[in-house]
Amino acid sequence: MDQKTLVLAIVLTPFLSAGVLWLLRKMLAPALAGAIGSLAVLLPFACSLYLFKQMPADGAIQATLARWIPLTGGASVDLAFRVDALSLTWTLFITGIGFLIHVYSNGYMKGDAGFTRFFIYLNLFVGSMLTLVLGDSLPLMFFGWEGVGLCSYLLIGFWFSDMENAKAGQKAFIVNRIGDLGFLLGLVLIFREFGTLNLADVVAETTRRVDAGTLVSGDPTITWIAIFLFIGACGKSAQLPLFVWLPDAMAGPTPVSALIHAATMVTAGIYMVARLSVFYALSPVASTLVAIVGAATALFSATIALKQRDIKKVLAYSTCSQLGYMFLGLGVHAYTASVFHVVTHAFFKALLFLGAGSVIHALHHEQDAMKMGGLKKYLPTTHRTFLIGCLALSGIPPFAGFFSKDKIIGSALLSGGLGFWLGVIGLITALMTAFYTFRLYTLVFASPERLDHHTKEHLHESPAALTMPLQLLMVLSIVGGALSLPLHLPDVLGEYLSSIFAPAFKVLGAQHEHTIGQEIPLLLLGTMIAVGGAYWGYAKYNQGPGAEVEPAKQGLAHTLENKWFVDEIYALVVVGPMRVLALLSGFFDKYVIDGLVNGLGNFADSIGRVVRGLQTGTVHTYALLFVGGAAFLALVLL
Amino acid sequence: MDFGILSLLIFLPLVGALITALVPRGNGNALRGCALVFGLVNLVLSLRILDLPMDGSLAFLENVRWIERFGIAYQLGVDGISAPLIVLACLIVPIVIATTKHIGDNLKEYLVLLLLMEVGMVGVFAATDIMLFYIFFELTLVPLYFLIGVFGGENRRYAAFKFFLFTAAGSLPMLVAILYMLWHHREVTGDWSAAYQALLAHPLPAGAQMWCFLGFALAFAIKVPMFPLHTWLPDAHVQAPTGGSIILAGIMLKLGGYGFLRFAIPIMPEAAKAFAPTLLVLSVIGVIYGSYLAWAQNDLKKLVACSSVAHMGFVMVGVFAFEPNAMRGAVLQMLNHGISTGALFLLVGAIYERRHKRGLDDFGGLASIAPAAAVALIVTSMSSIGLPGLNGFVGEFMIILGTFQKLPWIAALTSLGILLGAIYMLQMVRRVCYGKPTSEEAKHVTDLTFGEKLAFLPLLILMFWIGLAPHYLIDRIGPAVDLILKPLSGS
Repeated sequence: MDQKTLVLAIVLTPFLSAGVLWLLRKMLAPALAGAIGSLAVLLPFACSLYLFKQMPADGAIQATLARWIPLTGGASVDLAFRVDALSLTWTLFITGIGFLIHVYSNGYMKGDAGFTRFFIYLNLFVGSMLTLVLGDSLPLMFFGWEGVGLCSYLLIGFWFSDMENAKAGQKAFIVNRIGDLGFLLGLVLIFREFGTLNLADVVAETTRRVDAGTLVSGDPTITWIAIFLFIGACGKSAQLPLFVWLPDAMAGPTPVSALIHAATMVTAGIYMVARLSVFYALSPVASTLVAIVGAATALFSATIALKQRDIKKVLAYSTCSQLGYMFLGLGVHAYTASVFHVVTHAFFKALLFLGAGSVIHALHHEQDAMKMGGLKKYLPTTHRTFLIGCLALSGIPPFAGFFSKDKIIGSALLSGGLGFWLGVIGLITALMTAFYTFRLYTLVFASPERLDHHTKEHLHESPAALTMPLQLLMVLSIVGGALSLPLHLPDVLGEYLSSIFAPAFKVLGAQHEHTIGQEIPLLLLGTMIAVGGAYWGYAKYNQGPGAEVEPAKQGLAHTLENKWFVDEIYALVVVGPMRVLALLSGFFDKYVIDGLVNGLGNFADSIGRVVRGLQTGTVHTYALLFVGGAAFLALVLL
Repeated sequence: MDFGILSLLIFLPLVGALITALVPRGNGNALRGCALVFGLVNLVLSLRILDLPMDGSLAFLENVRWIERFGIAYQLGVDGISAPLIVLACLIVPIVIATTKHIGDNLKEYLVLLLLMEVGMVGVFAATDIMLFYIFFELTLVPLYFLIGVFGGENRRYAAFKFFLFTAAGSLPMLVAILYMLWHHREVTGDWSAAYQALLAHPLPAGAQMWCFLGFALAFAIKVPMFPLHTWLPDAHVQAPTGGSIILAGIMLKLGGYGFLRFAIPIMPEAAKAFAPTLLVLSVIGVIYGSYLAWAQNDLKKLVACSSVAHMGFVMVGVFAFEPNAMRGAVLQMLNHGISTGALFLLVGAIYERRHKRGLDDFGGLASIAPAAAVALIVTSMSSIGLPGLNGFVGEFMIILGTFQKLPWIAALTSLGILLGAIYMLQMVRRVCYGKPTSEEAKHVTDLTFGEKLAFLPLLILMFWIGLAPHYLIDRIGPAVDLILKPLSGS
């Protein structure tokens, strides 16, 4: 099979599977539906592995499926896909981790009335996510962008009989749409500036103009494009101030939280900025904004994670925080480090969420960490794998998160100026991360048991469908750091992606490489902070939650438990006034505009009385009159 | 005599109406079957007119002398703008006939009126003689008036009268403007003519253009409807029977946008340019205000009606940006709105007929009680809010993309409609489809019948087809749009 067919197969297989499952949903046994759905992700994974072996790192494969939207001036947009090092990196972990989560879902969703529907949505999601990263143009990327948003909406509200779940889904969709407007405006501005929407062409044309000297750093149009696109990224990747939907998204089934709201969809914003890194390289303003928003989100979400009781909420805020790191990395032009962190985070955060799912599964949908404790005895596999995930998230060497996070913080610190202080924020956040991660680990697995009798009776380790993916993700979380080693050791990922970020670095000029002498103290500092934070979290909660068992009544703890009251503030400042405006519009229409109309109407009523003479009230007469009139007209016409 | 496909499409429904009138009154199935056969045959025939020349010129021309004294002729022709609208009209009518329910004793009259609507709707899009256009324009008014006034809800007379008054108030100035045009043509050339090409060839002087354009604009703006002339629409929709609403949203609202594109703009380019800023501002207000109105509604039909104001605002932005991509998008979006909003009224009507309640809070949990209805409603809502992959996105995208190239601020403000649309549609979906049934009766809503699913299916297919392969239509719309824009780009 030639490479183009493979590319199309990668994108289309999940969509096809979703369609087939939908058509046969009433006939297929759930086990079979689950198997089809899982294979539909395994096949693209196999194809992308094959392409990975075949394609050189600086190569690209372009495959066109069909025409799509013709635009004037030959700038048409096709349903066409492009595989290169960056999109293939994403494709590999989307399909790889996606497959593991599909397998896991076979066990997790067993017996659910919507089992087949769940796999339809999951397949649809994978297809959309692949469209997002493989689409060769901005509109096609937007297609996938909105497609994953739809799937996220449907999956958050998967158990829609509970109105709270449906509300969470709606919130996710609408907050994302705010970001999408930014994306759309960035897109039309690109079209205005470059006359094309093809991603490779846009990057090539930018490079050409830079070479020709017609485009220089600080160009205002490029800055606006970069800022608009970043607004889109903030929506999808849950950054300040649009992060509020992600914690609520935890209403969805846990495999969804792992796949969509941790490992893949939320990294779409990073992908977009990385893909168009040349714009950010050209715009110091936009890059600074990206770095500030990233660092601020990292810190802010970490503070909230410190006090959450719900096992999934801790992980959700941690995801916002880790995504913040990735944007910080992008903002200080450490593009490879950001992508590296995307990959390792996908490993260990999927692991943590699936582990949390295993706990929730074992405890019959109990999610409150305050009511757990001592689970390592009952769930040995879940415990072992979750612990590795925690070590990786905390940034303790030699686990995956240590290398990627440290690269970002190091780049920020060494970039000087504002970047240094943002790096310091990164270090503070790292301390909090290790603390809240081990707070969670200790409360769930280590501290004295706080299970009620009923839950304990049914307590059991999860079946193989759940633990097998955990084991594999655990391995990845252990060795994932090898993708990009520090201290001038082999940097596989950096080499692989070098052609992608070459245009950006060409604009930025020579980047002085960090010396081993600079890196060693940073690695040591990172290790100390992570180990210290982790030990602190462990020691503090080893005897149980203490006073935290009860919600705090006041003070900082109260504020943090309530997430800095962000939702309440938004309700008051944004949603409230908009609703009032809607009601006012309704009032204005009914009484002002229509009041005028009715006034005129009453005046015309006197005229109407004359007409009314014709209204005899029987339909026959009307019809007769009308048919007669029409027949007369027809005769005249002929 | 020159009797072509377009005449066939116009008069076959008339024959159908006459034959349906002969079927015995008591036999509902025979009545419905008879009307449906004519509707379906016309639909199949109509597909023929999509085979258009690629240079954008009018095709399937017919020309029969008629009122020679005033140069009025029976002149027909279609291009990439009107042909898809005719096909849509020929699709909507059989869908409405097939889903006709709860009409009672006057089913025969109802079906006859529907077929007569089709006569008017096909005629209005096919007419290239401006007087003929006017006659068909008015002809559509009468059956719809009766559909609302006789077969409508509890407040039908008010709604029908309001509809009639608004439309009549608009079309009278248009008639005066048309008569002036005919007179002017005779002044310049010595011959009377109402033919489209003749009027194009002899433009009015700038001053007269302004007045004539105003006359046309009033008639068309009411039809669209544009803010602040929209208040007849929610009343008409709420009171109209389901079929009336589908036709109103599916086809009738397009008469306004089509009238601007076919006649007002090409014949009076100077005036169109002069009024464009005002109309653009009103359109943007329509998008935002209409969305807020929709958000404020608790009545399903009213919500969809107000969303029409917002969506048609989008269309008008695309028309008056005078930019090739935007105008293509506007034409496509007229079709999209017909499909999506037609489908919404079909579904809302089906739900309404089961409970005789239209409140957003009268249902709840539809997704578990009537899954097919809920899925259909959700997909249609997604089409309506412009989800890529479905039809609405392509139109909105092209409108915003094109408008932004010339008028960035207008485009940016219009794009707010994309956000607001998601808000009011999703909260509608949530309140109707999700959660639990809000009352005992709400638990017993039956799902869509096989017939209803079958009637919805073509609309569903169109949503995906236009969403994934819009190039088929855009290739046909494009050249016709470029011909309209040509006189605007000069001077």
